[in-house]
Amino acid sequence: MRTAESIRSIRAIFKRELAGYFGSPVAYVFIVIFLLLLGFFTFYINHFFEMGQADLRSFFEWIPWVFMFLVPAVAMRLWSEERRLGTLELMLTLPITIFEAILGKFLAAWAFLGICLLLTFPMVLTVLYLGSPDMGAIFTGYVGSFLMAGAFLSIGSMTSSLTRSQVISFIIAVVICLFFILAGYPPITEIFSGWAPKWLMDLVAQMGFLPHYASIKRGVLDVKDLLYFFSVIFFMLAVNGAVLENRKTA
Amino acid sequence: MIEVRELTKVFDVKTAVNSVSFTVEKGEILGFLGPNGAGKSTTMRMITGFLPPSSGTAVIGGCDIVGDSLNARRKIGYLPENAPVYREMRVTDFLNFCAEVRGVDSGSQQARVDETIEKCFLSDVRFQTVATLSKGFKQRVCFAQSILHDPEYLIFDEPTDGLDPNQKHEVRLMIREMSAEKAIILSTHILDEVDAVCSRAIIIANGKIVADDTPQGLKATSPTHGSLMVRITAEEPNALLMLLKAEPGVKAAEILEQSDRHARIRIFPENPDAPPIADRILAMLSARSATVHSLLVEEGRLDEVFRAITTS
Repeated sequence: MRTAESIRSIRAIFKRELAGYFGSPVAYVFIVIFLLLLGFFTFYINHFFEMGQADLRSFFEWIPWVFMFLVPAVAMRLWSEERRLGTLELMLTLPITIFEAILGKFLAAWAFLGICLLLTFPMVLTVLYLGSPDMGAIFTGYVGSFLMAGAFLSIGSMTSSLTRSQVISFIIAVVICLFFILAGYPPITEIFSGWAPKWLMDLVAQMGFLPHYASIKRGVLDVKDLLYFFSVIFFMLAVNGAVLENRKTA
Repeated sequence: MIEVRELTKVFDVKTAVNSVSFTVEKGEILGFLGPNGAGKSTTMRMITGFLPPSSGTAVIGGCDIVGDSLNARRKIGYLPENAPVYREMRVTDFLNFCAEVRGVDSGSQQARVDETIEKCFLSDVRFQTVATLSKGFKQRVCFAQSILHDPEYLIFDEPTDGLDPNQKHEVRLMIREMSAEKAIILSTHILDEVDAVCSRAIIIANGKIVADDTPQGLKATSPTHGSLMVRITAEEPNALLMLLKAEPGVKAAEILEQSDRHARIRIFPENPDAPPIADRILAMLSARSATVHSLLVEEGRLDEVFRAITTS
């Protein structure tokens, strides 16, 4: 019976959270900024039309960088706000586990980001009009973007549980996201080179989002890459739970 | 029954709650008193499962809040301090959300929510968002949330904080009405409230229980308990005071206020709980042709007791 109850609690929280996004102007502002930024980068910086290629490669290339800032902005209120307003006390004295609360909130925010991604559909229509793109690669590109959004979101959710201040949560999350994007590239490898053993450097390089994202958006849905993103999400949400479990005050 | 067993909470180096034990039976309303920072809220947060205790536990209707937290929390209705409510939600949506998470049967959910809205006088604001409500309404929305699932055990952290006198009265009435079949703990620093609602009071200071008694019992420890207060007009109040002091059964007497021939005198009897000496005093005063305007036997004052206990 516990599973049925779990699902009911998660669903109730999911519904409440998602309604919360669309009940406030924040959601609409976010969607508009997200679409404008992506459009700007794809069309002006990457000269989408001048490239003469009917694919979304230049579009997906920008997604990690846009998400790096925008996903922590969505995630920062998840727990900080509850702590600041004291509603955390209300939520955690309801007969639900911390795991259910985290999952309900996380899934709602992830669904919101999914909706944002879906709203980029005019891009797909554009390339369909211009030529005959590889629809498989576009599909996996969206899957990869969605998975990366989830990974960034889990980072933001975790940092949000650390503090009552949304600003602090945002900044820490952006820094961690940047680390995951750059892992394996010179700025990060240089920090480790010279003192860290080779296995550690290899490990850090393997942790980068971009290689996994790159192989997915090329059109290859490898179990390894899926597993990678889900383990990042799982790990971050587990830390999130441990932080909430061990908090000293409201 | 709520059974609190040696509940202790240590924050870093400070012991906020130190081995607090008590039980509350059904039908009882326990007032939890103490100065700010005494550990009232921390204790309540541990009983409701929000904060894990450093040691000790609370058992709610047979369910341990540490070992069997979910089942224990199911039996509790909780009004946290400052009545937090999701600001962007409408009152009905908020209560429906709580009902859903609480597992209120979906067939009767709407009826339950409506009934609670009615009971807490929220009908006029049911479709407003919480952010637009006044403090008093917010408090009642959170109160509604705590009684929504008709729990056997209710825990209120300062339920009348920020309400106007009429609203305070309403909330107290509601609490009293519910008390017959529920065990209720409420914290407050309004001493009148203890007198008005509680059947028992615990005073906590520096994380320890320093008194546990009925409000009457607590008042009886007041130094003014059982003393007589008389307002008289007499030719020579001071001479009268001497005579009063000499009266058998009188331990001491003092003039509290005097202007010309009017005086207010407090008389302490030898034994406050012995047969009253008021009629003898009255007879004696009228024999001396003093006019008695009023005579009052003091029950004792909770605030005096509170101050004496918590500052010593």
